[in-house]
Amino acid sequence: MKKVNKFWLFLILAVLIYGIGQGLIQTGILNAFYSNMLILMIINIILAVSLHLVIGITGQFSIGHAGFLAVGAYVSAIITMKFELPFVLAIIIGGIVAALAGLLVGIPTLRLRGDYLAIATLGFGEIIRIVFLNIEYVGGAAGMMVTNMTTWTSAFVCLIITILVIANFTNSRHGRACIAIRENEIAADAMGINTTFYKVAAFAIGSFFAGIAGGLFSHNFYIIQPTNFGFLKSFDILIFVVLGGLGSMSGSVISAVLLTVISTYLQQYPETRMIIYSLVLVVVMLYRPQGLMGTREITDFFGKKKSVKGGN
Amino acid sequence: MGALLEVKNAGIQFGGLKAVSGFNMELNQGELVGLIGPNGAGKTTSFNLLTGVYVPTEGDILFNGKRLNGLAPYQVTRNGISRTFQNIRLFSELSVLDNVKVAYHSLAKHSILSSIFRLPSHFSEEKVMEEKSLEFLKIFQLDRFKDEKAKNLPYGQQRRLEIARALAASPKLLLLDEPAAGMNPQETHELMELIAFIRKQFDLTILLIEHDMALVMGICERIYVLDHGQLIAAGTPDEIRNHPKVIEAYLGEEVTSDHA
Repeated sequence: MKKVNKFWLFLILAVLIYGIGQGLIQTGILNAFYSNMLILMIINIILAVSLHLVIGITGQFSIGHAGFLAVGAYVSAIITMKFELPFVLAIIIGGIVAALAGLLVGIPTLRLRGDYLAIATLGFGEIIRIVFLNIEYVGGAAGMMVTNMTTWTSAFVCLIITILVIANFTNSRHGRACIAIRENEIAADAMGINTTFYKVAAFAIGSFFAGIAGGLFSHNFYIIQPTNFGFLKSFDILIFVVLGGLGSMSGSVISAVLLTVISTYLQQYPETRMIIYSLVLVVVMLYRPQGLMGTREITDFFGKKKSVKGGN
Repeated sequence: MGALLEVKNAGIQFGGLKAVSGFNMELNQGELVGLIGPNGAGKTTSFNLLTGVYVPTEGDILFNGKRLNGLAPYQVTRNGISRTFQNIRLFSELSVLDNVKVAYHSLAKHSILSSIFRLPSHFSEEKVMEEKSLEFLKIFQLDRFKDEKAKNLPYGQQRRLEIARALAASPKLLLLDEPAAGMNPQETHELMELIAFIRKQFDLTILLIEHDMALVMGICERIYVLDHGQLIAAGTPDEIRNHPKVIEAYLGEEVTSDHA
């Protein structure tokens, strides 16, 4: 019963946020600059939540996430621009191809652990970017022109689906298996969990949603270029996850929202922007090294009194 | 078909070092057998051979007549061998209940998609897992801690939880790697009772590594002794106590001090 209530609460909250956003954009209270920021925020949340599944839940330190963002962005752009198929289809295919890329990268690299895995995924992320850089069909270094199709509605629907799927995955025997791998891989293996399967599965699901974010990303600007998807972009996503707290989905969402707002506002001060942004990161890490939320979820705070009683 | 577990001449070599060689062992259904030896004798290494962590470079491991060499640890577990670890390896950030639930993982069959779309099979199987896990925690008197994070449990309870978790994977053979390590005499005594109890309750075969001679001599029916990666003796506790090679290896002082 409690689970069901949580679900409806989430849905009502989502509709409410959607309604407010849509209202503000429709009535013109938010100008194009700010409505664009809202969409960018959603894309960042999707990226953060998808990487959270890989790093926060499964504990696999991947820092090539922008590569899958690039795959989704380019594939969906090709589908709408070159084949002139509908946007919805482009988003889905972008996600699927990114997931396949995730499988392709994940199967060889996920045997590695810790820093070795980080370096391997970083390398693969760069390979993906350089492949696009050298394909004339998608414009090479000059980039590819894309029509603006992403709307608040389409982005928001993608966000809700992402959160629901990843939350449902996490709160199941599969999610528990992934957390067990994060906590102690040897013990997880000894408990009958196929660790390779779950590492690759989590990686592919994470890549799928990075691809979805890519589709939204490419159709939000008028042009996509390989430089948009460098390793700095991967680090941006990584920062959302680490700052939010490894293992906390709501933490990833909150930090993606906060950092998007901060970096957008700081655009007014281009000289000092990166200094202030970096200082914010340093200060948060100094005072909350476990991240904004630690490993807790925002829902933990509501049910807290009960669980304390039950625990004693 | 005779023995439940049959190890024939198994061994493993790391580079030039023969960690374990010519290891022979037979376990019959329902036995409680000890594996002892001085530090560095290769006890944990032989556990790792049995559970698939290491692939034996020589010999064969047969379980229920099935060859286990080359299977990954999770496959060995699914075949009915489950273990605990010398240094506790719990899923420390997970709740006590979830730790046990993880062990039920492979008994459920619903796919990733059915969990994502919340199909009926997800709910029904998760419910069964929850109920079974709670039953288990009750048996081990851990149910009052069920929502506590595993890392917050006292040491002795963590050991208990690890055994509970290993049993939840429904093994036929349970391997315990130094279950009494770091326990006081009172806790060790409780542990001995627990081991006797679970053996009866779950119709288990148990192989345990232990340094506490009182425990090993007290509950094991047969004992294998390893030294320098070689099996030097096997037999009943009385035979082992008086075995010249074992006394030579290390048991001498231990036994006499026990009697004193």
